[in-house]
Amino acid sequence: MNRKALSLAIAATLFAGNLLADDFDPNAKDGGAAVITYQNDVATLDPAIGYDWQNWSMIKSLFDGLMDYKPGTTELTKNLASDYSISEDGTVYTFTLKKGVKFHNGRELKASDVKYSLERTVNPKTQSPGAGFFSSIVGYEDMAASKAEQLAGIEVVDDYTVRITLKSANATFLQVMAINFSFVVPKEEVEKWGADFGKHPVGTGAYSLAEWKLGQQILFKKNPDYFKAGLPHLDSIAFEVGQDPMVALLRLQKGEVDIAGDGVPPAKFLEFKNDPKFKSLVVTGDQLQTGYLTLKTTLPPFDNLKVRQAVNMAISKDRIVRIINGRAVPANQPLPPAMPGYDKDYKGYAYDVEGAKKLLAEAGFDKGFDTEMYVMNTDPQPRIAQAIQQDLAKVGVRVKIKSLAQANVIAAGGSKDQAPMVWSGGMAWIADFPDPSNFYGPILGCDSAVDGGWNWALYCNKSLDALAAKADSMAKPEQQAERTALWKKIFIDVMADAPWVPIFNEQRFTVRSSRMGGSDALYVDPVHIPVNYNYIYLK
Amino acid sequence: MKVLRALVRRPAVALSLLYIVIVVLLALFAPWMSPYDPSEQFVEGLSLEGAPLPPDTPYLLGTDLLGRDLLSRLIYGARTSLFIGLLANGLAVLIGTLVGLSAGFLRGWVGSTLMRFTDLMMAFPALLLAIALSAIFQPSVWIVALVIAMVNWVQIARVIYSETIALSARDFVAVERTLGASSLRILFSHLLPHLLPTILVWATLGISTTVLLEATLSYLGVGVQPPTPSWGNIIFESQTYFTSAPWLVFFPGIAIVLLSLAFNLVGDALRDELDPTLQGRS
Amino acid sequence: MLAFISRRIGYSLLILLGVTFITYLLLFMLPADPARQIAGRSATPEVVAGIRMQLGLDLPFYQQYANYLGNLVQGDLGRSYIQRSPVTELIGARLRPSLELMAAGIGFELLIGISLGVIAALRRDSWADKALMALSFIGVSAPQFIAAMLFLYFFAVQLDWFPMGGYGGFEHLLLPALTLGILGSGWYSRMVRSSMIEVLHQDFIRTARAKGLSRVRVVLRHVLPNAIVPVIPMIGIDIGIFMGGLVVVESVFGWPGIGQLTWQAIQQVDIPVIVGVTTVSAVAIVLGNLVADLVIPWVDPRIDIKKH
Repeated sequence: MNRKALSLAIAATLFAGNLLADDFDPNAKDGGAAVITYQNDVATLDPAIGYDWQNWSMIKSLFDGLMDYKPGTTELTKNLASDYSISEDGTVYTFTLKKGVKFHNGRELKASDVKYSLERTVNPKTQSPGAGFFSSIVGYEDMAASKAEQLAGIEVVDDYTVRITLKSANATFLQVMAINFSFVVPKEEVEKWGADFGKHPVGTGAYSLAEWKLGQQILFKKNPDYFKAGLPHLDSIAFEVGQDPMVALLRLQKGEVDIAGDGVPPAKFLEFKNDPKFKSLVVTGDQLQTGYLTLKTTLPPFDNLKVRQAVNMAISKDRIVRIINGRAVPANQPLPPAMPGYDKDYKGYAYDVEGAKKLLAEAGFDKGFDTEMYVMNTDPQPRIAQAIQQDLAKVGVRVKIKSLAQANVIAAGGSKDQAPMVWSGGMAWIADFPDPSNFYGPILGCDSAVDGGWNWALYCNKSLDALAAKADSMAKPEQQAERTALWKKIFIDVMADAPWVPIFNEQRFTVRSSRMGGSDALYVDPVHIPVNYNYIYLK
Repeated sequence: MKVLRALVRRPAVALSLLYIVIVVLLALFAPWMSPYDPSEQFVEGLSLEGAPLPPDTPYLLGTDLLGRDLLSRLIYGARTSLFIGLLANGLAVLIGTLVGLSAGFLRGWVGSTLMRFTDLMMAFPALLLAIALSAIFQPSVWIVALVIAMVNWVQIARVIYSETIALSARDFVAVERTLGASSLRILFSHLLPHLLPTILVWATLGISTTVLLEATLSYLGVGVQPPTPSWGNIIFESQTYFTSAPWLVFFPGIAIVLLSLAFNLVGDALRDELDPTLQGRS
Repeated sequence: MLAFISRRIGYSLLILLGVTFITYLLLFMLPADPARQIAGRSATPEVVAGIRMQLGLDLPFYQQYANYLGNLVQGDLGRSYIQRSPVTELIGARLRPSLELMAAGIGFELLIGISLGVIAALRRDSWADKALMALSFIGVSAPQFIAAMLFLYFFAVQLDWFPMGGYGGFEHLLLPALTLGILGSGWYSRMVRSSMIEVLHQDFIRTARAKGLSRVRVVLRHVLPNAIVPVIPMIGIDIGIFMGGLVVVESVFGWPGIGQLTWQAIQQVDIPVIVGVTTVSAVAIVLGNLVADLVIPWVDPRIDIKKH
C-alpha cells in the first residue's frame, strides 16, 4: 500500500517533468518574495568550492555554465552556449556563447571569462573539490601539479567562441560543462574579494546576492538583466538559516515560511505523513542516490567472492527500509532507478539466510568470522548499522560497529588495512551529474581504488574498467543508446563481483507552502537540489 | 560501620543507598533480570510503519527505534554506565591523588610544575577535551572511561594538594620529621590516613560526575559504541524522536538523574560525617 | 599590586599557550586527513598533495604550530577548511547568540542560586530549607541534555508556553537560559547557604543586630556582601563549565551559537575552527579567573593577595 503510493508519486513527478519540456509555464506569475529556511549556515557561494546539497542549487541560481538541464529533468540543454560542435573524433568541443550576457556588475561575459573560470577551478591554489572533473582536458596534469598557469587545451578563438581540446573522446564532457565547478565567474571580482569571493559572489545568474547576515539570513534579489527572458519569477528569496527543521514546518503551516529546506525530520516523518493538513504540501521525488555497504575486497575474508555474495544475501533491505519509516526503496544495484542505465529487470541477490549460510560454509566459514563496520555517528546511520549487524549475526558474521565522526569514517574507508565494511549513509553517493559514469569511476573504478580514494571496497576489475573507458568514449549522439546499454551491463557485472551491498535509494520529500506555484518537479529537481529557484513562483 | 549507621539514619541517604544497591544488583545479574536479549531487534517490536511501541505488554517500558525491548536495554545499560562511572572515577581519583599528593609533599619545582599543569587543565573546556580525545582514540568502553578520567582528575588533585599542604604544616608532621622519620614513612603512615576521608568523599561524589559525563559523551555520539546499551546512548539514539516517543528519553533520563543524585547525596552525607573541619558545624 | 597583576597576566598567557599547544597536538594526531576532505571525492592524488602543501599540512608539527602562533599574535585564527571563511568571522557571527545565552544563563543561575541560598540560610533546618537543598541537589545531578529535553517536552511541546527552539526574540532565549540557570544554580545556592550561615555567626553581625538595626537591613547590608565573596571566583570557573554546557544545550534547542559551530567543526575535522573555539573559550575561562582574582581583594580587603 505504502509502496504503491510512493511509486505513484514518482510517476507523477516524472510525468510532470515531461510537461515542462520547453521550460515555459503559462500559469507563472511574476513578483513576490519567498522565504526558505535551513538549519545550517550556508558554507560558501563560490561555484568552484561549494559542494554540499544546500549551496548547490543556490549557486546554480547565482551563476551559469555553458550547459544546464531542463528544469525538473535530467535532460541536457544549452545555457550560456548558444551552440556547440564536436569534432569527428570527439576530442574538440567548440562552444559559441550567447551575446549580451551580463555579470551582476554590468560587464558582458566573454569567452576569456570561460577560460579563466575553468582554469581557476583546476588551479591548485583555489583548492576546489571539483578540480578532478576537468582531468579530461589537455594540460590538466601540468596545471594540477602547478607546472603551468593555464590549461593548454582551452583556447579563446574570439570574444564569443571558446575551443576545448580533450585528451580523448569523453561522453560526459557536456555534463561536466553543466556542473557548478565550471560556472563562469568574472576575474575582476574574484581578484577583488580574494578568498572571500564565496561571501561576495558575482555571476550571471537569475538572482544576485543582496545581503548576507552571517548565521542569520541570505537575501537573493532578482537579476533584472537576466539573459533568459521572463526569468526568474520571484522578486526576491530570503534564506533564513539557523532554523530548526521542526520549527520551520510549524512556521510553514502558519504561512511564515514557503519552503522548509531541510524537509521533514525523520522523527516527525510518520506524524507528518499521516496528518491530512500537510498531505497536499509534500512533494515526493526520486533522488540520484544509493545507500550501500562496501566490502573491502582486498581484506580477508572479503577477498572471497562467496563471502561477499553471502553478505549480500543475508541483509534484509525491507526491514531496514521499515526502520527508516519507508523513506526509501530497497536497492539491488549501484545505480538508482532514475538514472539512465538502471536495469529494472535485474533481480539482484534475494534475501536468503539459508543460502548465505551455505555460501559461507563453502567458503570455509561455517563458524562465521569477526569483522568491523564503520558508520557515521549521526542518526539514523548507527541504527541502520545495527540492523545490518543483527542480520549478519544470524549467518554467523560477528560485526563490531565503529560509529565515528564523518571525517574519521572517510579517512578509514580510504585506507587499505582498515574498515572492512563501511555503511555509506550520510556520505552516500549522490550523483554530481545525471550520468551512469559518475557512479563508476570515483567509487568503483580502479583509479579510485587507492589509499585515500572513495572506492572504499578497493574494488578493481580491469576488464570492466576497459569497458567503462569504452563507454565514456562514445560521445556521438547516435551512440547514446548503445552507451547506456553498455553501462547497464557494467553495473550488473559489478554486482556479480559483489563489492557492495546496495541497500536502498532514498526518496526526497520537499514541503512547500500552499501559495507556492510551479510544477511539482521543480521542488524535487534531480539536478537543482533541492529546489530549482529560477522557475518557482507565487500563485 | 559507625559511619554507615549514621548514614542510614538519614532517610534520603538510605533511599539513595537502596537505589544504588538495586542498580548494582541489576547490573551484576543483568542476564537473569532482563526479560529479553537487549540487542534482539524484534520484528513485532515496531509498528507496521516502523514506529517504536509505547510501554505495554509484552514490552513493559516500550521498544526503541529498532524494536528492541527498552527495559532489557536499561538493565544492561546499567552495567555499562556503572562500569564506566566506577572505572573512570577510580582512575581519576588515583591520578588526582598521586598528582596532588606528590605536588604537595615534594613541593619545589616538581610540585609547582605539577600544579601549573593542573591549572592548565582547569582552563581547558572539559567537554571539548573529552570530545576531541574520544574522536582521536576510537571510542570503546575502556577508552571512554580513560577519557573521562583524564578530564576529571584535576579537581581532586587540587583538593588533595591543598589538604596535603595544610597537613604538612601541622605539628605532628614536623615532630615526625625532627624524629628522623623517612619521607615515605611520613607519607604512608601519616599523610595518607588523614587524607583518606577526603579521598573517600570525592570518590563518591565523583561517580555522579563521571556517570553524567559518560551519558553526555554517548549522547553526543562519541561514547560507547552500539549496540552496547548505556543510559546515555539509549537517549542519543532516540533523541530526535522524543516528542513522538517520549518514553525513550524519559526512562533512561530518570535512571541517570536518580543514580547521579544518589551518589551525590551519599557523598555529601559522607563528607558531613568524615570531614573533621566540618564537625560540629551543621 | 601592579607587580601582582602583571604576574597574573603573564601566567594567564602561559596557560593559554599551553591550551593551544595541547589542542593543536591532539588535532595533529587525529586520524583524518583534512586535505582529503577539502579535495572532495573526485580529486586526484596530485590535487590532494597540492592542497596539503598549501595548507602547510606537510610541515612537521612544530612548524605548523609555530605558524599558527605567529598568526594568532596578529589576531588571525586562520580560515575554516570547510567554509573557507576566516575563523574569527565565523566565531564572531556566533558569538552574540552564545554570549546572550551565557549572560542570561549565568544571570538566572545567580538570581536563583543566591535567592534560594539566602532563603535556605535564614530559614535554616526548616522544611523549606530541606526542600530547597534537595532541589538544588537534583539540579546538580541532572545532566544538561536530559533536563533540556524534558523542559522542551513539557514546556514547549505539551504546555506550548515557549517556542520549540531556534534563535530569535526573548521568548526563544528564555527556555534554554532557564535550563542552564536552574541546573547551575544548585552549586550557588549551596554555597551561599553555607557561607551565609558562617557569616551570620560572626561577631560583627551580632553587634549590628545588638545595635538595633533591622533584620532586613543587616542581611542586605552586612551579611549578603560578605556571604557572596566565595561566589565570585565560582563565576570564573563557571564560564568553563558553561562552554561545555553550550555544546549540549545549543544542540537541543537549535541555538545558532559557538556550541553548534564547535559540534559541526568536530564532525568535519575542521581543525582551524576547533582550535579557534578552544582558544576563545580558554581565553574566556582564564579571563574569568583573572577577573575573579582581581575583584576579590576589592570586595573583601581582608584577603591578602600576596598570599596567592
